[in-house]
Amino acid sequence: MSNKIKHHLTDDLLMAYAAGTLPEAFDLMVATHLSLCNQCRAQAESFDAVGGYVLEEQDETVAMNDKAFAETMALIANGAPIAKPRRPGCSVLPTPLQDYVGGDVNDIRWRPIGMGVKQAILPTSGEATARLLFIPAGSAVPDHSHNGVELTMVLQGAFSDEVDHFARGDVEIADEDLHHTPTADISGDCICLAVTDAPLKFNKLMPRLFQPFLKI
Amino acid sequence: MFTEIDTATLDEPVASRPSQKPWRAKKRIKGKPVNRAQDSCDKRAEWVDHVRRIRDAQDQAAFAELFQHFAPRIKGFLIKSGSDAAMAEECAQEVMVTLWHKSHLFDPTRATVATWVFTIARNKRIDVLRKQRRPEPEELGWGPEAEPEQDDILVLQQETAQLRNAMTALPEAQRQLIEKAYFGDLSHREIASQTGLPLGTIKSRIRLALDRLRHAMN
Repeated sequence: MSNKIKHHLTDDLLMAYAAGTLPEAFDLMVATHLSLCNQCRAQAESFDAVGGYVLEEQDETVAMNDKAFAETMALIANGAPIAKPRRPGCSVLPTPLQDYVGGDVNDIRWRPIGMGVKQAILPTSGEATARLLFIPAGSAVPDHSHNGVELTMVLQGAFSDEVDHFARGDVEIADEDLHHTPTADISGDCICLAVTDAPLKFNKLMPRLFQPFLKI
Repeated sequence: MFTEIDTATLDEPVASRPSQKPWRAKKRIKGKPVNRAQDSCDKRAEWVDHVRRIRDAQDQAAFAELFQHFAPRIKGFLIKSGSDAAMAEECAQEVMVTLWHKSHLFDPTRATVATWVFTIARNKRIDVLRKQRRPEPEELGWGPEAEPEQDDILVLQQETAQLRNAMTALPEAQRQLIEKAYFGDLSHREIASQTGLPLGTIKSRIRLALDRLRHAMN
């Protein structure tokens, strides 16, 4: 599965994921991609090892309070927190996305945004947005560019744009300079996860007028 | 192989020296025989055994040693990440509680105990200081028949010792920037220029472990 992925995450995203400094929506993108891609997962876990080094080799440590160990044993005696069982990933949504959708692909609450394209905004906090996109087979998302960084990962089907062809697990990283018109393959409907740290800018008048209502 | 080690562990007194364990005699250290790295490798391999003793026998003495080593480091890490001392104390205790409860989830073929503790402390920081959820990738769990091979554990510990040597050899300014990144003081755009780290060998090792897990799942 993972050896078919052509378009991967960048080292700066993987290191920031390991360092724990990304906005939640970007964490969700990285966790979803890592669920499908052993190559990036190995890289991310290597960056975790750098974190282990930083933790281990601090110049100064800070002593715990005198009763800290006893208090910790008391907390342990209170028992383990009940872990919510995680769903195994399904054919479309890996586990981290199912956690945010609250179910499977059939539980996504789509809202139409025109020309057959639908989206579902996922509940993340912070300064970035995550949403699922549904692009009917053969259809295009309106031509748009970006104020910030937009990452788009294919979950089902495939799309093409001015850059390349993207299939399940592939991530397209688009910045301010990219104007593109992602078009779903004719062979099937395409579902993507898209995250951005700034609103999209549409290049034709109508979509831009709708933008405030669409929250994109 | 694992059964034999496991039995040896359980039969021994809690505070025994790792050098007495027969399987440690097989350990090979690749690369330069730097004393510091050798010490570190021994220590890390020992922590693996501590976590196993907690998992298998709820061994409080093993936990006390882990606590003594890691809790002050977690507390220091959280303070450097912007926490006040009281919050860092509370969080460090909670990280150690998580270590106890999740000892069965630690995979020593993919991480050292220090790395694993770091990930728990990092997630605690995201939860408490940044008040965000932390999406984690799908788990690639293993069944009882796929307990990790001792050699795989040792090789990973050695790769980590090599990473440590490589990090120590970096120019001071670059190492400080990496530390800043992990204390949460660099944005991911600032991180972009810090990513030429020597991760090749450890990455291949982790990749092998991941591929094996995914293969076992399918």
